[in-house]
Amino acid sequence: MRRSAAALVGIAAGMLAGAAFIRRRGADRDRVDLYYEDGSMVSLSNGSPDAERLLPLAREILRKTR
Amino acid sequence: MDAQQALADLTEISSQIQAAVVFDEQGKVAAATVDESRAGALADGAGRLLDQAEQVKAGTGGSLIQLEAATDEGSVFVVADGPRRIAATTAPDPTVGLVFYDLKSALRSIAVKPAPRKATPRKPSAAKKTTSAKKTAPRRKKTDAS
Repeated sequence: MRRSAAALVGIAAGMLAGAAFIRRRGADRDRVDLYYEDGSMVSLSNGSPDAERLLPLAREILRKTR
Repeated sequence: MDAQQALADLTEISSQIQAAVVFDEQGKVAAATVDESRAGALADGAGRLLDQAEQVKAGTGGSLIQLEAATDEGSVFVVADGPRRIAATTAPDPTVGLVFYDLKSALRSIAVKPAPRKATPRKPSAAKKTTSAKKTAPRRKKTDAS
C-alpha cells in the first residue's frame, strides 16, 4: 500500500517536472528577430520589454489565422 | 507574375508555410492563401507587427526589412520590399533561413506593372543621313590633247 502510494507520488512528480520542462522550453522559444537593411540583426528574447510588446501581436496573428 | 500565382508557387515549394498574404503599406491585400477574413487579419496584424518592430531600433539609419516572431504556437514572418510586404505563418521551429529565402523570392517574382509608355510622334532625326544628290562639277569632256 505504502509502496504504491510512493509510486503514485513519484509519477505525479515526474509529470510535473516534465510539464515544467516543456513549458520552460516553450518559453525559451519565444523571441523576435529583427533584420535590418544594413545587415544587422536584433534578437529580442522573451522577457525583454520590446518582445513583450511584439509577441502578443504574433500570438494574435497565429490565433486568428488558424 | 501576379501575386496569386507567386503565392501558389510559394506554398507548393515550401511545406512549412501554413498561411501567407501579400499586401501593401496601407494593408491592402493583393493575394492570399487563406480566406478573405483570415487574410485581412494576417495583413493587419503583420502590418502592426512591422510598425511596432520599426520602433525598436528607430533612428539608427538601417530600415527594418524582415522579422520573425517565434512562439510556442508557431512563427510569424514578415518581409518588406519597398511598398510591398509578404507575411506568413508556420508551425513551431521552422527552418528560418529557408522560409525567409522563399518569401523574398516570392515577393521579387511579383512583377511591378510597367508604366504605360507615352506615344511620342516620330520626328525625323537631324542626325539621319540624307542622301542628297551631290552637286558635282560637270564633267569635262576629254579633249584629245595628246
